[in-house]
Amino acid sequence: MSPRLLRVILRQRIAATTLALTTLLGGCDKGSATTTTSAVQPGAAPTGQHIAVTEKEVVVGQLHSATGTMAISETGSIEAERLAIDQINDSGGILGRKIRIIQEDGASDWPTFAEKAKKLLEQDHVAAVFGCWTSASRKAVLPVFEKDNGLLYYPTFYEGLEQSKNVFYTGQEATQQILAGLDWITKTKSAKTFYLIGSDYIWPRTSNKIARKHIENVLHGTVVGEEYYPLGHTQFGSLINKIKAQKPDVVYAIVVGGSNVSFYKQLKAAGVTAENQTLLTISVTEDELLGIGGENMVGYYAAMKYFQSLDNDNNKKFVSAFKAKYGPTSVIGDVTQAAYLGPWLWKLAVEKANTFDIDQVIAASPGIELTTAPEGYVKIHPNHHLWSRLRIGQAQLDGQFKVLYESELIEPNPFPKGYQ
Amino acid sequence: MHASLSIWAMQAFNGLSVFSVLLLMALGLAIIFGQMGVINMAHGEFLTIGAYTTYFMSKVSERWAPWLAKSYFLLAIVVAFTLAGVVGLLVEYFLVRRLYRRPLDTLLATWGLSLIMQQTFRSAFGAREVSATLPDWLMGSLKPTPTIDIPVNGLFVMALTVALTAVVYLGLVYTRFGINVRATVQNRSMASAAGIDTGRVDRLTFAFGCGLAGVAGAAFTTIGSTGPTSGSAYIVDTFLVVVFGGAQRLIGTIASAFAIAQTQATTEFFMTGSMAKVITLSTVILILLIRPQGLFALKVRH
Repeated sequence: MSPRLLRVILRQRIAATTLALTTLLGGCDKGSATTTTSAVQPGAAPTGQHIAVTEKEVVVGQLHSATGTMAISETGSIEAERLAIDQINDSGGILGRKIRIIQEDGASDWPTFAEKAKKLLEQDHVAAVFGCWTSASRKAVLPVFEKDNGLLYYPTFYEGLEQSKNVFYTGQEATQQILAGLDWITKTKSAKTFYLIGSDYIWPRTSNKIARKHIENVLHGTVVGEEYYPLGHTQFGSLINKIKAQKPDVVYAIVVGGSNVSFYKQLKAAGVTAENQTLLTISVTEDELLGIGGENMVGYYAAMKYFQSLDNDNNKKFVSAFKAKYGPTSVIGDVTQAAYLGPWLWKLAVEKANTFDIDQVIAASPGIELTTAPEGYVKIHPNHHLWSRLRIGQAQLDGQFKVLYESELIEPNPFPKGYQ
Repeated sequence: MHASLSIWAMQAFNGLSVFSVLLLMALGLAIIFGQMGVINMAHGEFLTIGAYTTYFMSKVSERWAPWLAKSYFLLAIVVAFTLAGVVGLLVEYFLVRRLYRRPLDTLLATWGLSLIMQQTFRSAFGAREVSATLPDWLMGSLKPTPTIDIPVNGLFVMALTVALTAVVYLGLVYTRFGINVRATVQNRSMASAAGIDTGRVDRLTFAFGCGLAGVAGAAFTTIGSTGPTSGSAYIVDTFLVVVFGGAQRLIGTIASAFAIAQTQATTEFFMTGSMAKVITLSTVILILLIRPQGLFALKVRH
């Protein structure tokens, strides 16, 4: 054998060995919490699923975008979940264990979300995950959670049409957010004509589909226009001219992300204000309003289940605790509050089931009520969504919303008949 | 009838407004890519430098110099130009200079640079999008008739674009430096033999192009918010305009920006936003297929 060939073979062998060694080392469990089976947990019938629980602590995962374009929106959720977990730990933890967080960054990239979800479930064996924001990220991690039997608390208001055994949806689904809001505005403004606008992806399109059916079939109104613009679009001049030409009673806007700022600034620059045009949105919370500027949206309405200005004892405590931890100029939007609910709902379910075992926690959840929720009161429905109220808020100059209306508790209905 | 005439007028203005936005973005790149052949993937980030400079000055004047509230914006434009230009100078000296004969490497290197710049913005200003507080004279609209609203910031961007385009064009044709630039672009070795310091010309041209991007970024704070990744929203359209126009001629950039803007604005009015984008891009692709050198190509690039 020639020396050259020998060298090549040697190099290949070294490479192969290094690769094998790295894989071996990488595959070892690096978590400092020793894993135990559920047989060690108090009073539980062992189901055999490995979960990271010891005598002293339980490990959970946080999976949000800390970087990338979604970081703006998801930072609030990360902070709210941490606040809830700190408060739970300060009051003694769950079943005598303190909660430890493993935080992973989805980086606003959906495949990364799926990969990190896999890592949290298969390597870290977390007892629960609080995460995701966009529907795209949730859809990306769903197969992982269902295959590995994980537990996800998802905080964003979304389009519904989903009900997974392994997910609890602490934000409102579309019918809860849309129907009551449309009813209110039709009654208050005697609205007959609607112009539907949205960013071009699943949530606005599905929501507007539901809205249209409700407007046409139940409220007997007319939809005079329906338009979608790509995410990140910044030139709304033509759309605004069309709105001026049509003069609808209500503009129903589901514009998402940075486009919001352009849209409302250009509306104002074109002379459209709340005095000559009614506008109702389901996609602007206090977080977005901070970027848009209160002066560009003053007088428009938003439909959410939570506003930072809600006047009840739970919320006052929550807002001051949040500001104490994250700064006095913090704003708290609907998704941030829904993220805050996640750890508390999980705690109640674990205590009711008296175990961290995921199947039993899931089984124990329906019917659980949280009376300390900043939005007032929520209850877990068997379909894993929450009974909650809808509020209508009017945007103010200072970036807060003035709550004008509060509905009854609305039952969640992710698969509404007649609306699909 | 009167109402629809007003809508027509506002729509015409809207088309011109989109045109000036596209042209303003593309001016800097037309110089860098068109004249120098450098593919600067970080061009959008120079825009963002200008935008963040305006935001920063807005906050500073709010806190410490309220008497600047009305005039800080014009000052911000000058500062944005200077700052983006200086950064462009440094980038050219340390990075681009070594890669002139290697366009693919320039592409990769400037792409990496854009990622670094985006993370720098994120670390310095946070991940959230921010907005500068605009002075009063830039807000609201003019009402030549009761039914026509002409946004003031649209007029401002248009005026700025006209001024800058004039400066660039006259500069290229009538100043000594402009002649040096054109000489270097057309025949580098001859220009060098004639005594022109081609290295210095390259550096200043690149810096000037980046400075223009900074000005565009400052102007765009009137249109939307600024975030670490704002630049990437503009970079595609900017390259589109420059390539479609025929990279080497300024008139090409102007014509291409006009064509794309009008197609986009008009189809948007009669169809939905996404459909308009599809039609505009399809038309551009079709024309480029037939005429790959762009609308106003001067000669084949060496």
